[in-house]
Amino acid sequence: MELEHEFERVVAADHRVEPRDWMPDGYRRTLIRQIAQHAHSEIIGMQPEGNWISRAPSLRRKAILLAKVQDEAGHGLYLYAAAETLGADREDLTAKLVEGRQKYSSIFNYPTLTFADVGVIGWLVDGAAIVNQVPLCRTSYGPYARAMIRVCKEESFHQRQGYELLLTMMRGTQAQRDMVQRSVDRWWWPSLMMFGPPDTESTNTEQSMKWRIKRHTNDELRQKFVDMTVPQAEKLGVTLPDPDLRWNAERGHHDFGEIDWAEFWQVVGGDGPCNAQRIAHRRKAHEDGAWVREAAAAYAAKKSGEEQVA
Amino acid sequence: MNAYEGLVDTGEERHWAFGTGFTAALSGVDRALPAEVDTEDLTAYCLMLGDDALILSQRLAEWCSRAPELEEDVALANIALDLLGQARLLLTRAAEADGVACDEDTLAFTRDEHEFRNVRLVEIDCGPGPGGDFAATIARLLVFSTYRLALLQRLTGSRDPVLAAVAAKGVKEVAYHRDHAAQWTLRLAGGTEFSRERMVAGLERVWPFVDELFAPHPVEARLPGIAVDSATLRAEVDEVLDTVFAAASLARPEVSPLATVAGRGGRDGVHTEAMGYLLAEMQHVHRSMPGATW
Repeated sequence: MELEHEFERVVAADHRVEPRDWMPDGYRRTLIRQIAQHAHSEIIGMQPEGNWISRAPSLRRKAILLAKVQDEAGHGLYLYAAAETLGADREDLTAKLVEGRQKYSSIFNYPTLTFADVGVIGWLVDGAAIVNQVPLCRTSYGPYARAMIRVCKEESFHQRQGYELLLTMMRGTQAQRDMVQRSVDRWWWPSLMMFGPPDTESTNTEQSMKWRIKRHTNDELRQKFVDMTVPQAEKLGVTLPDPDLRWNAERGHHDFGEIDWAEFWQVVGGDGPCNAQRIAHRRKAHEDGAWVREAAAAYAAKKSGEEQVA
Repeated sequence: MNAYEGLVDTGEERHWAFGTGFTAALSGVDRALPAEVDTEDLTAYCLMLGDDALILSQRLAEWCSRAPELEEDVALANIALDLLGQARLLLTRAAEADGVACDEDTLAFTRDEHEFRNVRLVEIDCGPGPGGDFAATIARLLVFSTYRLALLQRLTGSRDPVLAAVAAKGVKEVAYHRDHAAQWTLRLAGGTEFSRERMVAGLERVWPFVDELFAPHPVEARLPGIAVDSATLRAEVDEVLDTVFAAASLARPEVSPLATVAGRGGRDGVHTEAMGYLLAEMQHVHRSMPGATW
């Protein structure tokens, strides 16, 4: 009881909970699940953009894209490390991912069909991720909050690079402008879905807010994203594919149309355009690399054996 | 700065949220062409070294999201990025020496296969495709980075200040690449029985392409003081590789070198069948959208 009071006091005072502090089992489980899903999202997220590294149409864009996908691997690494501070094991979390027992952000189950998608993912998907993640820099669990500060800085950099690609393309040929618009048409609604189900249907929100893991509801964050993005779309010269999107002076926010929640649940449920492909890709890399990891472990064991003998 | 802040306020000035801190890789280097140089030869030489880096970078980037471990995803992408950076500097120098209005992208994306001057070693599939695996990738990286480090070390003394500066920057990078490959060679050779078999097979996969690295080329001979004579690198490369092989208890592969085609190899624009597919993929978007800006 005393431990629980101390935990509640720390959380209520907006102080950070650290790995060696006592914490309720539910808090630990919720965090491991959330951080693992976040790490999985970074790793699966390497695929849709990695799809365009080999075909990037300029060497500068190739370098930017390769560096970005490399950053995502880095984000995955330190998020797995944050999960390990809670007693999770990376190998075990990876097994859960490739066996479909843990989820990742559904946005990565959509295909990247043109190079414009690289820019639109940077602008909308990374933009939505930033809106979701900036509050996590103040989340109650210390290692997660600190990891998120670095992740958010890099995501912000990625978002600007994506937007800059789109600005450049919109100033290019008509074919490029058309390519950007088609890409926006495909990514707009899935980006809005990134904030999760509406508050009335979100099962995890209430407890997570009480523990200060989460600080805003899904709908609050979604509204913030829409309000932020509309002027950026205008500046870019693209049309967001929503006839109901308009400024509501009374609310001081943009109204927007109804999200296709049937599609959302279909993709979350495993039947998105690329769910099977993404998992199969990750599983293949993991399985193909098993003998390399075994070799490294065997070599390390031999070396430490030799040192003990010597 | 608040990461929420809109992009629109600052987009025009390319004003990044957290700053970039980047300076141009060769800022302050004299870009004048050296006196009494045949610019066609200098262009060709820059393409030889630039294409090696570009094509191997393209191959290594194929590993991205396919590596045996996340740390290795990061490492291989990093090596690919270093090589891409070297390629961009060298292709830019080739464009300058050429004097015709072109840039790194014109050279990378609009040349045809027979105009690429890279050695065949860098273009073959050594994995993750069906032509190889992680061990073959490491074997190629070990050979190539050992060769390139020896080359760049000598090139730091080039009479062309740009080549000398590119080399000075590259030496630090490639020394790391060589170390990374050597470390993995030890682990794969000394890990499990299976990994050792794969390492031996990987070396056998790349070995037929090794001799081409040291074949003296007329372009090098016509650029005294500027280019490095490839034949002079062999002793040092052999010594380094033998040291790694000894530490890993590996034997130098006994595989015959691959013939050229009527005396011509990669440096003369005669490549393997793999090259056409690599270029088709690399150049497709750029060529499909003429007049586009990226």
